[in-house]
Amino acid sequence: MSATELDATHNHSHGHDDHGHDHDHPAWLAHHFDDAEQQFDSGKLGIWLFLITEVLFFSGMFCAYAMYRSLHPEIWTFSSQFLNETLGAINTGVLLFSSLTMAWAVRCAMLGQNRGVVACTGMTIACAAIFLGVKAVEYSHKIDLGLLPAGFYVPQVAHPEHHEGLSKWLIYFMVVPGLFLVVLTAWYGQAVATANSVQKQIAGPLSVSALCFFLGVGLGLYLESGEAAEHGDKAHVAASDSHEETHASDNHSEADHAKDGEHAKDETHAATDGAVSTETASADGHAEASHSADNEIISPDVNKPNAAGLFFSIYYCMTGVHAIHILAGIGVLTWVLVKAAKGQFHSEYFGPVDYVGLYWHLVDFIWIYLFPLLYLIT
Amino acid sequence: MSAVVTPGSVQTAEHSQSHRPDPNYLTHTKGFLSWALTLDHKRIGLMYLVGILTSFLLGGILALLLRAELFFPGEQMFSNDGYNQLFTLHGAVMVFLFIIPSVPAALGNFLVPVMLGAKDVAFPRLNLSSFYLWLAGTAFFLVALFSTGLDTGWTFYTPYSTLTQGPVVAATMGVFILGFSSIFTGLNFIVTINTMRPPGMTWFRMPLFLWATYSTSIIQVLATPVLGITVLLLAAERVLKIGIFDPAYNGDPVAFQHFFWFYSHPAVYIMILPAMGIISELMSVHSHKAIFGYRMIAFSSVAIALFGFLVWGHHMFTSGMAEVTTIIFSALTFTVSIPSAIKVFNWLFTMYQGTVSLVTPMCYALAFLFLFTIGGLTGLFLGSLSTDRHLHDTYFVVAHFHYVMMGGTLIAFLGGLFHWWPKMIGKMYNELGGQISALVVFIGFNLTFLPQFVMGSRGMPRRYAQYDKEFEFLHQMSTVGAFVLGMGLFIAAGVLLSSLFRGRKAPANPWGGDTLEWHCESPPPFYNFLRPPVVKDPYDYSRLVYDNRVGGYVERPEDRASGSHK
Repeated sequence: MSATELDATHNHSHGHDDHGHDHDHPAWLAHHFDDAEQQFDSGKLGIWLFLITEVLFFSGMFCAYAMYRSLHPEIWTFSSQFLNETLGAINTGVLLFSSLTMAWAVRCAMLGQNRGVVACTGMTIACAAIFLGVKAVEYSHKIDLGLLPAGFYVPQVAHPEHHEGLSKWLIYFMVVPGLFLVVLTAWYGQAVATANSVQKQIAGPLSVSALCFFLGVGLGLYLESGEAAEHGDKAHVAASDSHEETHASDNHSEADHAKDGEHAKDETHAATDGAVSTETASADGHAEASHSADNEIISPDVNKPNAAGLFFSIYYCMTGVHAIHILAGIGVLTWVLVKAAKGQFHSEYFGPVDYVGLYWHLVDFIWIYLFPLLYLIT
Repeated sequence: MSAVVTPGSVQTAEHSQSHRPDPNYLTHTKGFLSWALTLDHKRIGLMYLVGILTSFLLGGILALLLRAELFFPGEQMFSNDGYNQLFTLHGAVMVFLFIIPSVPAALGNFLVPVMLGAKDVAFPRLNLSSFYLWLAGTAFFLVALFSTGLDTGWTFYTPYSTLTQGPVVAATMGVFILGFSSIFTGLNFIVTINTMRPPGMTWFRMPLFLWATYSTSIIQVLATPVLGITVLLLAAERVLKIGIFDPAYNGDPVAFQHFFWFYSHPAVYIMILPAMGIISELMSVHSHKAIFGYRMIAFSSVAIALFGFLVWGHHMFTSGMAEVTTIIFSALTFTVSIPSAIKVFNWLFTMYQGTVSLVTPMCYALAFLFLFTIGGLTGLFLGSLSTDRHLHDTYFVVAHFHYVMMGGTLIAFLGGLFHWWPKMIGKMYNELGGQISALVVFIGFNLTFLPQFVMGSRGMPRRYAQYDKEFEFLHQMSTVGAFVLGMGLFIAAGVLLSSLFRGRKAPANPWGGDTLEWHCESPPPFYNFLRPPVVKDPYDYSRLVYDNRVGGYVERPEDRASGSHK
């Protein structure tokens, strides 16, 4: 066939560098693929394989959870009181909604509606930011209470501390998003001034998303403080007044002392044998025992680094790794947003949106498992 | 010209007449960046090859240091702590930097697309990032290891690894990064083999090397993430004091072993399956006979990959698991040996009544058969509960895994390197030199590790810097063997390197293979094939005949002229 010979003599001049898209490979079709279908199928299989690796990655932690919960169910029951189901439920709802906007984005991409893709991925990123804002509140609240991984765990007092003003950890968590907000808003302003449509489409949704982080923080603070007030009331009703009042004033100093003492001991804990740590921990537990009569949810047996601490270790590992995946998701969603702002998607090329969509659904799916396992224990 | 002859072979004829320098993949672009930022799978494969062989050199030097220290029973050049650091480094470098990437990354990257008649892997940029992840992990790892000295053993067992002062976190983060390199390579190959096969190449018309690569990739994708989370949890244990491996916090150190071996057992199948794929190719081509039992070998590859996930407990028989658990793991371990044995028999039957040419790759392949069989059979002693109780943590284990990993994977890797060297580099090496290297390596290897079976069964524990006088002679034999082995490997390296300067130009098909890589020039043009070639049986040698003018095999002239293929 002459075509074969033609190709054979052709090949030296036909370098891959000097094509002018005059052959059958448009810009969005990679050269090593024969056609759009092969490219799409490859990408699809590739992302599914990657998702399987992610599931296996999380599976190690789910195994650890299953193992230790079955061995120590009382630890899980005790620790669940410190997790705010309302915040968890809101986060669940937010992520589910973000999956909806993501799926919508895929549809827009298939129809070549690039502005729709920008809007929908923008909303997805915004939801992710709200999620992280709520998480920031949860984490900072727990850090303040000393609800840390086992080696740093501080045995709990009967009442959560009442903050005066914002937790300092929450402020730390808000620094980077704050920077993003400032930079992105400035960029948006510049894009409006220069009437650059592409940059407006990128900077706009992203700065709204950065704002949504603070929306999440606000939401978290509102709900968390509401619940603290509730607990305070309950405690007042449940216990004798005088006892509670001395507690309320002694709370801070006691907790501080306990924390300092615990931290100093914790440094040596890791290196010395467990007997010592159990002793000192139970000594603290004993100190709390007198409070436990007032508030039945605090149990000295479990309120220790080697008990409740274990739960929180697993809690931080699982939600922390999940949060890292949310951050990575925001990264790839931004990439898709940029491509859409440049108008690159159409009915024959929407793979990236589809694949990122699948990733995002997985992140949501993992949270659907984390929520009941961590928040809905009792 | 025949209508169905692939463009590659047409070019060979043309170029031998025109004497134009062909822009093959090595020469068509020049400069550091053209290599550093290449998306060409062949160049990436070559870069990997250089990298892993360098790691192998490092690991080998460490091995020789270990063996030198063990020449006499007492303390020689290294303290006990120094010795511990040596074997930790040796194991970690060999396992993570050399053996796991070796065949898939260095040979697989080059061969998979070419065997498929494709232009590249499915995700070339992911391929390049795999390479850079390997480099980054390596750098991370080596800096960690050479700084304050890690002495946990390559297995990082808790509680020592959570308590010791060494750079455990840095080393495990290096492992974490290397894991991603492995995952992405596996992912790339699965997708490439699934979606980029040419017309006519159904699953059962693929070369067996691709079946082996596919099975390996399945393991890479499923097992390596578990290693990732394991080392992450170990790092979290040290940094965040999560306590899940610490009894002081109600944790369990043996849990680490379960997590670790859940990856590391399938990892050994990542090491051996591609090697078996190479042997399938070598056996068939150099016997000039179709592979015996193609389907059984293909199914066995997948079976090994899947069953390999069920046997991790056999590394932990003495760690206090329940008796029923150990019995189940032992039974499954025996089961997983069956597919490997099926393959060994199939390779033997491939040679039977074939025309065996004892070229260097075939010498290595024959060595593999012998050494891997010993390695596999000794694994049964370790898989059996009563004998393992005595042999666990002795030199018997060390000898067993060196027989399968080195006598198996490394030997097959070398055989594959010699086999595909003409294709990758375009030069023929000195055949006598290659055969001598195979002989010296074989002798040296057996001299090193056979005595170790004996000393292990007599009670010599592993990872000991000093030992009782009764083992001295066996240790000395082993040390001498190690240096002979090292010499053999240097001969092999010398033969290949000298071919770069003095080798004759390689023809497209020096050995007479029929898989697609032999249908393009040596070295291939950067785009491999202009159009996907049409494929027939990959083990049908009847159409090929040796041509003296070319110095290699070509299609029979009458087949070409008539334009028909059987």
